[in-house]
Amino acid sequence: MDVELKIHRFDPERDSAPHWETYRVPVEPMDRVLDLLTRAKELLDGSITFRRSCAHGVCGSDALLINGRNRLACKVRVEQLGKSISVAPLPGLPVVKDLVVDMDEFFGKYRSVLPFLIADEPEGTGERLQSQQQRDVYDDTTKCILCAACTSSCPSFWAQPEYVGPAAIVNAHRFIFDSRDQGADERLEILSNEDGVWRCRTTFNCVDACPRGINITKAILEVSSAIGSRG
Amino acid sequence: MSSALRAEAGQIDVDAIVIGAGGAGLWAALELAREGIPTAVLTKLYPTRSHTGAAQGGVCAALGNVEEDHWEWHMFDTIKGGDYLTDQDAAEVLAREAIPAVIELERMGLPFNRTPDGKIDQRRFGGHTRNYGEGPVRRSCYAADRTGHMILQTLYQQCIKAGVKFYDEYHVVDLLFEGGSADQGGRCSGVVGYKIADGSLHVLRAKAVLLATGGYGRAWRVTSNAHSLAGDGMALAWRQGVPLMDMEFYQFHPTGIVGIGILLSEAARGEGGYLLNNEGKRFMEDYAPKLMELAPRDMISRAMYQEIRAGRGIDGKDYVYLDVRHLGRKVIEEKLPDITDFARVYQGVEPISEPVPVQPTAHYAMGGVPTNLETEVLANAAGAVVPGLFAAGEVACVSVHGANRLGTNSLVDLLVFGKRAGKRMAAICKSTTAPKHVAGAERAIREEMLALSTRPEGVRPAEIRRALADVMMESVGVYRDEALLTSAVKEIQRLKGEYQRVRVEDTGSVFNTDLLEARELGYLLDVSEATAVSALARKESRGAHSREDYPERDDAKFLAHTMVWRGTDQAPATKIDYKPVTITKFEPKPRVY
Repeated sequence: MDVELKIHRFDPERDSAPHWETYRVPVEPMDRVLDLLTRAKELLDGSITFRRSCAHGVCGSDALLINGRNRLACKVRVEQLGKSISVAPLPGLPVVKDLVVDMDEFFGKYRSVLPFLIADEPEGTGERLQSQQQRDVYDDTTKCILCAACTSSCPSFWAQPEYVGPAAIVNAHRFIFDSRDQGADERLEILSNEDGVWRCRTTFNCVDACPRGINITKAILEVSSAIGSRG
Repeated sequence: MSSALRAEAGQIDVDAIVIGAGGAGLWAALELAREGIPTAVLTKLYPTRSHTGAAQGGVCAALGNVEEDHWEWHMFDTIKGGDYLTDQDAAEVLAREAIPAVIELERMGLPFNRTPDGKIDQRRFGGHTRNYGEGPVRRSCYAADRTGHMILQTLYQQCIKAGVKFYDEYHVVDLLFEGGSADQGGRCSGVVGYKIADGSLHVLRAKAVLLATGGYGRAWRVTSNAHSLAGDGMALAWRQGVPLMDMEFYQFHPTGIVGIGILLSEAARGEGGYLLNNEGKRFMEDYAPKLMELAPRDMISRAMYQEIRAGRGIDGKDYVYLDVRHLGRKVIEEKLPDITDFARVYQGVEPISEPVPVQPTAHYAMGGVPTNLETEVLANAAGAVVPGLFAAGEVACVSVHGANRLGTNSLVDLLVFGKRAGKRMAAICKSTTAPKHVAGAERAIREEMLALSTRPEGVRPAEIRRALADVMMESVGVYRDEALLTSAVKEIQRLKGEYQRVRVEDTGSVFNTDLLEARELGYLLDVSEATAVSALARKESRGAHSREDYPERDDAKFLAHTMVWRGTDQAPATKIDYKPVTITKFEPKPRVY
């Protein structure tokens, strides 16, 4: 069986504007979209360009716009999509080539929320204690793989590219609600500015897009409410 | 006409270079930053996409948080698990320093699962025992089944905090030497990096260069490894006269998803999962009655093959079942959430109500670039050091894993020796002078890459890659013999010849993954040759190296590390030598579980 694979192509050294190219690609049972892209590159056109690494949903390299939704190409099975599949780069980010987007701004926003433990050195040489309940509070947001599927699915981010975006807030949440951390005030200050959490319009696109199943909107609301309770 | 390489070359001077941003590279970079050493970390991905992040089950350290444990027991398990090929001084370092390394990770913020009294929780893992083999012990510290992800994230976070300078999506394409190559007594003086975004070459000079590039699972057809794991660091060093050590010891993990090899963590068995044949029998009771499903990986992978050969695979096919149903929904969803998701997404199987089909998958290189305990790369069997060159993590062979690695010890290895690498490199940087500038240091690699990217016709890389993956799977897999290995060596050498005609279709300089994948294929061919040649020379069975024509371990002849050197244009044959194993506390015994 073959499928029709429509790929967004753009080579800045040759093309003045992006265009679509369609490939007929053979499919095998259990194939994922990443398998199709790889097969198209191997058999049909070696210049098709995309990122990929782990191929099982833990590295976050191959987040793409697949049939109109942000997905990891290695986690979407072809049989769930039908016989016609379109693949484009993540929306709202500058395109470098074909399916590859520039991630520098995205990682810059991640770094801007101080995504690391801020704490006094504990007494002695041993481990800190943390109860199971204290750990459960931030468990969900430790799953983030920084694939950018959430941020690039967010209408607020499309409208206002300065918005720090859901991924950065998720990573701030992971520390703000960690009982061992003492940097919450600094982070909440950063996220309370005009390009911080208030730009969230709770459209839940991010929750739909997240390949790790993180309840991102809930995390954003928890951060907003922590800002609110600071007064 | 466009070209895959920009004409101008960049020049960057630092004191230390780290190649690869997985766990070993990141911890080394962190130590270097703490010592104030100007350092460049080059990674062909983004740091958070390194394959350390795929590690699932945990990291062993004899904390004794939930039951009695001692680092001496961990040391013994590591040596016995390695079928006595492990260097015992290295295993001692590993087991001792695992404890402060895990504590330090906790202090850096790693979200470990906790015991009811708030301490780091620990669970069972294959081959890790109490009191020198009496029964399983709870030694693995874990964060659900995404421990590697949390280690990678935590170390990257700390590197950001410490201001480490990263060169993301720079592919290192050459190691630079002064005073001759490694086998001529030369010193490593830097690297050439290829900036993927724009096709420019950059010459980086440094006093200390760390290889932290991981393994080469992509040589096999069925593998748990990322596409990026092509043996880059091993091949680059091998081409500069550095030997590779113990390459015949390659681990097949027992529980890969059938056909595609994605890993279902040993944590599933650590939590109590069963392996069943087509009769519904827990077949491990015939192979390792004491540890059952928690026997070391090499033994379980062989047992699965034996069952399959005897017609006891599921439906007579080439897989068995991993069954976790009896653990109940709560344990499965809370402690094994990721692998449950993998089974659902990639196999369409629901582990809560169905057994999961599994088969062995190419997983981990015990061998690699030989180093001493300070992570300095070795030039020969006598232990001479290659000045300026270091290696840590899967790319390296210290050797802590011997002939077979125990579960979680890969993470322990990269933490302990990544940290050691950073400390040693910092000391070297403070006591040596910078290498000299040489104009046009990138010229040789530029010509090589241009030749690859401008060939008007030839073979597609994918054809050679597939042929290589097939021969490695069929002939250099779990079971081997003289005939298989002889034909494998011949076929790999034929493919190396074919590679001289390989053609890259993408001729542009922006994000040319076609060119880089062709480069990676060249690395895979080199490390596969080293693997097959070393396997052919070792006429015994030990750990993961199972020769059907030599089924017994032979300590009289082969209690030694294989070292293999690459052939040169003048002398194309590989050269082999053996290095003695360091034995301190535990005399080799038969390996029974």
